[in-house]
Amino acid sequence: MALWLYVARRLAVLVPTLFFVSVLIFSLQQLLPGDAAVALAGEENDPTAVAAIRARYHLDRPVPVQYGLWLGRVLVGDFGESLRSRIPVRELLVSKLPVTVELALCSMLIALVIGIPAGIVSATRKGTAVDVVANFFALSGLSVPHFWLGIMLILLFAVRLGWLPASGYVPPWEDLRRNLTTILLPSFVLGTGVAGVMMRHTRSAMLQTLGADYVRTARAKSVPERLVVLKHALRNALIPVITLGAIEFGRLLSGAVLTEQVFAIPGFGKLLVDGVFNRDYAVVQAVVLVSAGLYVLLNLGADVLYFLANPRLRGST
Amino acid sequence: MSATPVVLGAPAVAVGRRYKAARQLARRPAAMIALAVILGFVLVALAAPQLAPFDPTAIDYRAVRKAPSAVHPLGTDEVGRDVLSRLLWGARASLLAGVIPVTIAVALSVPLGLLSGYLGGWVDGLIMRINDAMLSIPFLIVAIALAAFLGPGLGNAMIAIGIAALPTFVRLVRGTVLAIKTEEYVEAAQALGCSRRRVALRHILPNTLPPLFIQVSLTVAAAIIAEASLSFLGLGQQPPAPSWGSMLNAAQRYLSQAPWMALYPGLMIFGIVMALNVLGDGLRDVLDPRHQ
Repeated sequence: MALWLYVARRLAVLVPTLFFVSVLIFSLQQLLPGDAAVALAGEENDPTAVAAIRARYHLDRPVPVQYGLWLGRVLVGDFGESLRSRIPVRELLVSKLPVTVELALCSMLIALVIGIPAGIVSATRKGTAVDVVANFFALSGLSVPHFWLGIMLILLFAVRLGWLPASGYVPPWEDLRRNLTTILLPSFVLGTGVAGVMMRHTRSAMLQTLGADYVRTARAKSVPERLVVLKHALRNALIPVITLGAIEFGRLLSGAVLTEQVFAIPGFGKLLVDGVFNRDYAVVQAVVLVSAGLYVLLNLGADVLYFLANPRLRGST
Repeated sequence: MSATPVVLGAPAVAVGRRYKAARQLARRPAAMIALAVILGFVLVALAAPQLAPFDPTAIDYRAVRKAPSAVHPLGTDEVGRDVLSRLLWGARASLLAGVIPVTIAVALSVPLGLLSGYLGGWVDGLIMRINDAMLSIPFLIVAIALAAFLGPGLGNAMIAIGIAALPTFVRLVRGTVLAIKTEEYVEAAQALGCSRRRVALRHILPNTLPPLFIQVSLTVAAAIIAEASLSFLGLGQQPPAPSWGSMLNAAQRYLSQAPWMALYPGLMIFGIVMALNVLGDGLRDVLDPRHQ
């Protein structure tokens, strides 16, 4: 099957999914207790403000009509404006997203550097103490509440040792060194969880490929063990791991909510939490919608990578 | 249909398999330790009134942020409440927040997954499209957004987490039903004239349970972290009632003066979640044929 046909088919499935996502996110508004216009106006009890919101969001029209009008605006990138700051939500999204993308990239780097070597070592020494320790750490990375790990690391590296700043964020174009020192701890916190997932998947994929016939053939031909592991087994084991990496990256983009909160990093997650506390519902809806959109696109990216990396899929119809 | 031929004895076979699985699980020390830890947490939560040395909400301004001592083994918090007593009572909120959302998710997903997988057609199409849409919004974001719109509180947080966990279960039950539907004993039951309802409830439903057990164990762990996260943000358990997440929320403001306030609640969450994940791994090893 040609790549373009595969992508076109996957995109065709995405349309109804994204349609239902938009319906779900729009319906959140219906959960607000009482008059939505009063709730949306937040602390402003001014009747003219409430009336303005009712007119702007067409809250006096039937719900399906409201949805149609809302979707029409969202599709052209108009997410409304923040009730708190009066800044268009689109501008807020554009300014916060790069911060979260940087955090996700750094976390992914840490996860790859720890997770994949740990998975390889663990698989090649299955059943030994090294394997048990690696598994224990992987499971710990998956089980630890990341916001608590963040608090503990702040306590150790910022409060006790004074090596790193406790919180805040400096953009890389202002001061790269300070940018890296502020992003290190949160990236490590997020990276450990993903490293655990990566390690476990690399390990099980490596165990499968190490048991495959072609690896036995390579060993029978006296290929050095190092080459067998790294060239023959790892290259094939990495196919599912690459796919997983793309999915995990999507999760990192949206999963940084609490870590951003703990480290006071002005990214996407903090925008969501601030939106929740300011009862800034247009911001909340926009963040959820964009997160879902990015997540779906990264999943599509993962599928495309898998398709490209797996010759058997390309050969099938 | 009381005279059941051999093929209809499938559930009995499943029961035998389950005993075998339980015996296999009992031979895994890690899983057994995890189970003991989980039971320990449950006992602590049940016996919190007897075990706690102080009232978890009793304020004492003479003992504000006191370091661990003989009177307060784990110290006191920002208004002089005993941290140990709050931890013990907090176990109730956390365990409830692990169990109730998963109960909501299972109760809704089993009928939906059965309908979707067994009936197929447009019912399946509609349920799965909505399910895919829910799956494409990350778990914690769904929970935060729902909790935000429903309003803060432990009850609403549990509903939000339950709904956020729902799509994974629906997909799992549907997938299992699709696999079981073509098994010979199901076809035999249909051939013998069993009603669709009987086939679905007597022959398919019991066999969807093993994968469900694994998912339940892993989702209880995820739900406990989600409740702690929502309470940490102020969307879950409301003060002065204790929960591990809300204790961490308060602790963050006094990191340098009272680090013990942050240490213990996090260790409790870590301990129970790790135990549930180890048990989940053990269950997967004995129940999932691909892992054997």
